[in-house]
Amino acid sequence: MKVELQQIDKHFGSVHANDHITMTIPAGTIQGILGENGAGKSTLMKILSGFIQADSGVIKLDGKKVVIHTPDQAIHHGIGMLHQDPLDFPPMRVVDNLVVGSPGGLVPNKKEAIAALKKLQERFGFQIDPDAYVETLTVGERQQLEILRLLWLGARVLILDEPTTGISASQRLKLFDTLRKLAADGMTVIFVSHKLEEVEVLCHRIAVFQRGRMVGEAKPPYVTTKLVEMMFGKAITLDERAPCATCDPVLKVEHLEVEDTRLHICDINLEVCRGEVIGLAGMEGSGQRMFLRTLAGLTRPVGGKVIVHDKTLTGKTYASFRKAGVTYVPASRLEEGLISGLSLTEHFILAREQKGFIINRDAAVKETEENIDQFFIRGKPETHVEALSGGNQQRALLALQRQDVDVLLIEHPTRGLDIESSIWIWSKLKARCQLGATIVFISSDLEELLHYSDRILVFFGGKVSEPLDAGTTTVDQLGQLIGGLGMKS
Amino acid sequence: MPKTSSRWLGLLFQVGAVLLALLFTSIILLLVGAKPFQAYERIIYGAFSDMGHISDVLVVWVPLVLVSAGLLITYSTGLWNIGIEGQIALGAIFTVWAMRLLQDSSIPPVLIILVGFLAGMLGGALWAALAGALRVFGGVNEIFGGLGLNFVSTALTIWLIFGPWKRPGVGSMSGTVPFDTSLWLPMVGGSRLSLWSLGLGILGIVVVYFILQGTYFGLRLKAVGKNPRAAFLMGIPTSSYMMLAFILCGVFAGLAGAVQVTGVYHRLIPSISSGYGFLGMLVAMLVNYQAIGAPFVAFLFAALNIGSIQLPIDLKLDSTLSGVLQGALVLFVLLMDGVRRRVLHKK
Ligand SMILES: Nc1ncnc2c1ncn2[C@@H]1O[C@H](COP(=O)(O)OP(=O)(O)OP(=O)(O)O)[C@@H](O)[C@H]1O
Ligand SMILES: [Mg+2]
Repeated sequence: MKVELQQIDKHFGSVHANDHITMTIPAGTIQGILGENGAGKSTLMKILSGFIQADSGVIKLDGKKVVIHTPDQAIHHGIGMLHQDPLDFPPMRVVDNLVVGSPGGLVPNKKEAIAALKKLQERFGFQIDPDAYVETLTVGERQQLEILRLLWLGARVLILDEPTTGISASQRLKLFDTLRKLAADGMTVIFVSHKLEEVEVLCHRIAVFQRGRMVGEAKPPYVTTKLVEMMFGKAITLDERAPCATCDPVLKVEHLEVEDTRLHICDINLEVCRGEVIGLAGMEGSGQRMFLRTLAGLTRPVGGKVIVHDKTLTGKTYASFRKAGVTYVPASRLEEGLISGLSLTEHFILAREQKGFIINRDAAVKETEENIDQFFIRGKPETHVEALSGGNQQRALLALQRQDVDVLLIEHPTRGLDIESSIWIWSKLKARCQLGATIVFISSDLEELLHYSDRILVFFGGKVSEPLDAGTTTVDQLGQLIGGLGMKS
Repeated sequence: MPKTSSRWLGLLFQVGAVLLALLFTSIILLLVGAKPFQAYERIIYGAFSDMGHISDVLVVWVPLVLVSAGLLITYSTGLWNIGIEGQIALGAIFTVWAMRLLQDSSIPPVLIILVGFLAGMLGGALWAALAGALRVFGGVNEIFGGLGLNFVSTALTIWLIFGPWKRPGVGSMSGTVPFDTSLWLPMVGGSRLSLWSLGLGILGIVVVYFILQGTYFGLRLKAVGKNPRAAFLMGIPTSSYMMLAFILCGVFAGLAGAVQVTGVYHRLIPSISSGYGFLGMLVAMLVNYQAIGAPFVAFLFAALNIGSIQLPIDLKLDSTLSGVLQGALVLFVLLMDGVRRRVLHKK
């Protein structure tokens, strides 16, 4: 379906999120949308999919003007959107998730849904158990489910807002294949991302956004440096890696054994030095998250020991881990990281040391302003966190981490950040390492893992690799390990 | 500026909600064959016609505002403390208990009253802690736990009145033997209003306003209420904060119970909470959990309660009409709030 956006304009208070944006996307195209954090990408997509309304502007589908007020109407017109922060119904089975949003009689036809699901899954090579609970699915599987659901509801325009941030490399390849197949069938795909290399390999054309405006368009062959310049108005390069000093062990893991309903991992041993960065690699759901949560005291290990600063903390509460200097930064920003309904200032008050009984608002606002400047958060002290763009939420989350913690456990530190911010966030994190902090992080971005870690642990099929030296490992080697090739059994 | 215009819009919707509630109640009045304006006039007359009536309104206002203050704390923490009725009753029971123990001793009456108040706070807090523990440690939803505890508290009250604390001879629904007048809160002139309890009501709502607006404690409660998982990861011990919220709310409910005993009934009666717990929940909902509005809405509700007593006297209408109006107000305000959000969303 051909999608035309004409003069779409949207203000949030004083923020001009979309400034008279006009673009036309022919049917069968994969349209890439690039732009720094807060550029207005999600806003435009939400307008197209009926989650918010534009102040002015026209949307035309196949040349016909349409009015879209709700997501329901959007899907009725054939527009479906996958959100940056997945909106699904976790305590439900997969089939129920499918039928719940479907139009039709009072009694949903589950058999039909299961059959349709099976057919779609075969076509794209997905393997989701219709009877599984959605909460047991990995982020990648939930995304596949969401795509299937939208297709089942009759979507002919598929919008994906940063779909690759939480999924593994192989799931990403599968996703790209799927999108190419869909486009070949005449479907219009809109793909929002920060990752240049993805947009470059996947998209037929790219639009670049900056501060609410569309500042340029590109067609293959793409020139990466050109795109970066369009996004930021300047060229950007990666920092050089700093070599690691001598080892002073801060965090020790001995014969650790963790398990959940799907996985059992035995005998993990690791010694992390002061100032070191450890990357945890693996397909989503291979146990790296469980391991990280065990290091934070959020999950109890079945056996073995976790030692922080020579103190054995195994079996202790999260509070004692925090006291020992450990902090945990979750990936799901609005579910576990930030508190919707509270302002940035209130977050900083909560995250910082309590001084007395009564809050000094002026001091808190001042500190928040400093952090906003320092971390380039696009927002005001009184902005509620849910009104920040995805990338700005991530910056806020990182800015909230206290300076005195020395073991930082981070899930996907740069998920949803544009390249400039990722580099900048890592420079901040590395600076903390210089001051003696230790970082263990999960990422599905191989480049990030290799570039910023000192050593990498690869999780696959209930096993954990020996720590790899990130300096001497290549992307291909790491990719193979994640896929299970060459893992010692 | 969009901000001020949306505030005006909000006000407009609230006024609309009040008008709709009045319309709704009027229709009900017409259906039962009464004249709405006459009824409203009688209610206003019954509430404000003279000092006696006004002081009666304030007598109701005190426990209502105390209960609402407590409920603002649990609401902010994301908890529906339905057990509030039982907490008021337990506050009253503990007050009566302490005062019965001490009434024949040589302790000065002022001290006995003071101990009575402390005991009331303790009683309310304990009962709330029970609901809290069921929720936090037992995983029992506080609505069900509270409902159950309310039944138990009613049974306990009745048992005390007809059992251990019964009047000489035979127990009666009119309650236990009243305390000696020396153990009554001093009252203004010929009214039933005590300046002490009035002061307590004002102090209570001010304290809660201050806790929720200005303190770390209050902000953490809100954080727990809005997103317990994130609050926990930020290092807030969510279970303790939920328990504390229950206990604090229980203290306020217990105070309300103590006021009912020392200032109004001077004994334990079967329905000592007078439904102020549930009414307080309506108040808290109507002010959208903002402490600043609570004293005013509580006053309005108290006036409706007192004013409607005039209805059966003058118009042969049942006084429960005030309940209809109060309920309609809450429903329409919530409804209009939903409509307002949709309208703003559309824009
Ligand atoms: N509901 C809202 N209320 C107020 N401001 C908002 C709201 N949603 C978005 N904004 C603001 O609009 C601007 C654009 O946000 P948008 O989410 O479209 O950015 P984005 O390009 O998707 O960025 P990111 O890459 O970080 O996700 C930001 O400055 C953001 O703070
Ligand atoms: Mg976005």
